[in-house]
Amino acid sequence: MRPRPDTEVQQHDAIERLHHTFEVHRRDFFKLLGAGLLVGTASIHVSTQESGAGRRSRPEMPENLDSWLHIGENGQVTVFTGKVEVGQNVRTSLAQQVAEELRVPLASVQMVMGDTELTPYDMGTFGSRTTPQMGMQLRKAAASARATLVKMAAEKWQVPESDLLAQDGRVREAKSGRAISYAELTQGQRLTKTIFEQPPVTGPEHWKIAGQPMSKINGRDFVTGAHKYTSDISLDGMLHGRVVRPSAFHAKLASCDTAQAGKIPGVTAVRDGDFLGVVAPDKITAERALAATRVQWDAPPQPSERELFSYLKTHTSEPEESERDQHVAGSVEQARPQAAKALRQTYTVAYIAHTPLEPRAAAAEWKDGKLTVWTGTQRPFAVRDELMSAFHIPRDSVRVIVPDTGSAYGGKHTGEVAVEAARLAKAAAKPVKLVWTREEEFTWAYFRPAGVIDISSGVKADGALLFWEYDNYNSGPAAIRTPYEVPNQRIAFHPSDTPLRQGSYRSLAAAANHFARESHMDELAHELKLDPLEFRLRNLKDERLRAVFQGAADKFGWGKRAGSPGRGLGIAGGFEKGGYVATCAEVAVNHEEVKVVRVVEAFDCGAVVNPQGLKNQISGAVVQGLGGALFEAIHFENGRILNPHLAEYRVPRFSDVPEIEVVLIDRKDQPSMGAGETPLTGIAPAVANAMFSAVGIRLRSLPLVPQGLPTRAA
Amino acid sequence: MAFTLLVNGVEHKVEVASEASLLNVLRDDLGLTGAKYGCGEGQCGACTVLVDGSPVRSCRMQIGAAAGKKITTIEGLAADSSLHPVQQAFLELEAFQCGYCTPGMVMSAAALLRRIPQPRREQIITHMNGNVCRCGAYLRIIEAVQHAASSGKRTTHAAAS
Repeated sequence: MRPRPDTEVQQHDAIERLHHTFEVHRRDFFKLLGAGLLVGTASIHVSTQESGAGRRSRPEMPENLDSWLHIGENGQVTVFTGKVEVGQNVRTSLAQQVAEELRVPLASVQMVMGDTELTPYDMGTFGSRTTPQMGMQLRKAAASARATLVKMAAEKWQVPESDLLAQDGRVREAKSGRAISYAELTQGQRLTKTIFEQPPVTGPEHWKIAGQPMSKINGRDFVTGAHKYTSDISLDGMLHGRVVRPSAFHAKLASCDTAQAGKIPGVTAVRDGDFLGVVAPDKITAERALAATRVQWDAPPQPSERELFSYLKTHTSEPEESERDQHVAGSVEQARPQAAKALRQTYTVAYIAHTPLEPRAAAAEWKDGKLTVWTGTQRPFAVRDELMSAFHIPRDSVRVIVPDTGSAYGGKHTGEVAVEAARLAKAAAKPVKLVWTREEEFTWAYFRPAGVIDISSGVKADGALLFWEYDNYNSGPAAIRTPYEVPNQRIAFHPSDTPLRQGSYRSLAAAANHFARESHMDELAHELKLDPLEFRLRNLKDERLRAVFQGAADKFGWGKRAGSPGRGLGIAGGFEKGGYVATCAEVAVNHEEVKVVRVVEAFDCGAVVNPQGLKNQISGAVVQGLGGALFEAIHFENGRILNPHLAEYRVPRFSDVPEIEVVLIDRKDQPSMGAGETPLTGIAPAVANAMFSAVGIRLRSLPLVPQGLPTRAA
Repeated sequence: MAFTLLVNGVEHKVEVASEASLLNVLRDDLGLTGAKYGCGEGQCGACTVLVDGSPVRSCRMQIGAAAGKKITTIEGLAADSSLHPVQQAFLELEAFQCGYCTPGMVMSAAALLRRIPQPRREQIITHMNGNVCRCGAYLRIIEAVQHAASSGKRTTHAAAS
């Protein structure tokens, strides 16, 4: 059985298309960028009207275009995308793909990203969709532009297009050797084209710029400190804001006295419903105003960490009747008595925090009734909508701009800091910057869902899986299906009432589901006295998944040496969001101290766009996954976070990092898929399995060893 | 209160509250935003600058303690237009992803190489352990520090010969 693509993403696709129907941009790109060639997609709104007239849509007015690409009179290429750069390196990988299709040097491509006024609507930068969707969209736009330029040259010279070749920013005639630059071709023109129905997109096997290791296009700005993140922005007359936070989650404002704060020179105190904040000329004064505010909150009693897992199992809501959340094949009940060996186990995962090093930040400015907000978010258009609804203002009155951001990891989907900054700026009638403190970030953001996963399985004597029963409570449905061949399955996701605010986290529930499934597979292998890799391969048909397992195992030397007391080897893998991952880990256990010493990870995400950036992503995902695997956990009690500081919430540091080798499987014959998430999913089970191999203790809860190795209890 | 600061070789007079941190003043009063706020607790190293050549968490240093001392920020690390060897190595090896930790990492590494020009791997790890890279580019950062150390060696040799 080939694992299906994530249906979650298919839902997103549907929403995205629907939204496009209503999207009509009114922008004059030629005014902005000068004359040249503009390539876009006609809004469905327009093409519907025109197809009614029985002809293909070729709107000449840029007002009717979602504009993706502009080639200027000076040869400068400008690309517009609603995707944002949060460290995953798509500013570079997308530019590479455009440069490739246009046959221009990478340096002549400029990316305009995440600006709701300039870029076409985009759902957001998540779900590993930038490479497969936006990459292909921009390749099509650029290939259409190239074909248009070739046609223009053919018409100019009165020669067949087949004699011409686009190369290095020019169209060249092979026979005569004469050439004309794109700049010359577009001189003085204001051409608009829609993306061709079947643009001549270049296959990865012919790539010269895409597919090559390329350095970050604006890398120098990061090593010199020149890059301006949202938190670095300074606007004329800008003030600094702070928000008065409730004493606990779900608390209501009982009383407040801002008189003292308001007396401090330059301070404006704002109360609007339960929102309470202060604005001051500088951070210190804002801090003083915050301290001078007297507030009483009424907080309801809330579930605490010690009861978390029983709470999640007993507070479920009706599961959705979707194929994603509920999967049945064969009959588990009929198969159960025929199993040679059966196993039933429970796995849990804790709430964890994204902890982006740049906390949420926004700078907001109201000017002539129009609101502009700079903020680090993965979803600029969703934040624009949040602002529209918070302030009851029309779409044209809000602009959200996302500077390249100090990481997100799924944690910056929402716009609370943007709304807060805008509210404060409105009250102060001046631009306001608001940067969340680390404590606010740890408390008022949202968390990776905690969850409980019950697995009941059975195998035949020859090691073939017979039945697989899988119940996931609250953690999520991503990668919930097993990639192994099992004739009898019942898989279900049960959403629960969550004690803490939860949301997307890099790889969503794929990390938890891989942890549970791959730990359980390891347990079964040991029950059967089979090598864990051999057991997996025996139950696996998917060729690409087999290939990454084999690739990781070969590089790691799996089977060449056994673990020894205190030194363990583990393997795990899976499939999600178009990426195939297999991870081998070696751990060293010395008394209570656990150290992951070596990791080999093989990854296949189709045709590789930028191996340099991809290796960085994979290795980084392993490190981040290691935190959740070993020690990261949010502690909470009665609506309060107990460890909202980096001194108490342990993240991976230099001393925690193992040797990491990445095996890239570059499949030129397969479409390029995203790689920001799936590489994170193999490490936790690989480490848990290696722990078992080292000391014979099976750890079934993430984090595995928050306080070092537990005393022998297994 | 009035303070005189010597930042990247330039003298600045600032009028700020005495509880202001060096980081606050650098970022908000002097417009030097290279040093970042990451935690305000001295736990992440994103705000690292050099004070009299030693790495300091500028979020934890009150402005009075920095007055009169020689402060170097990421903006002042490069000599004229050429990058410092550590910056050059970070760029060449792309030892970052989102880049938010990079100024602090570079400053910590520059301080290390000033003290120990050829650090062993364990010395790099120990010295840099207070700097967090949430994107997990640690291995490339270690490599970049080693690379900068060896390029520094080459430079010294070239200058000597």
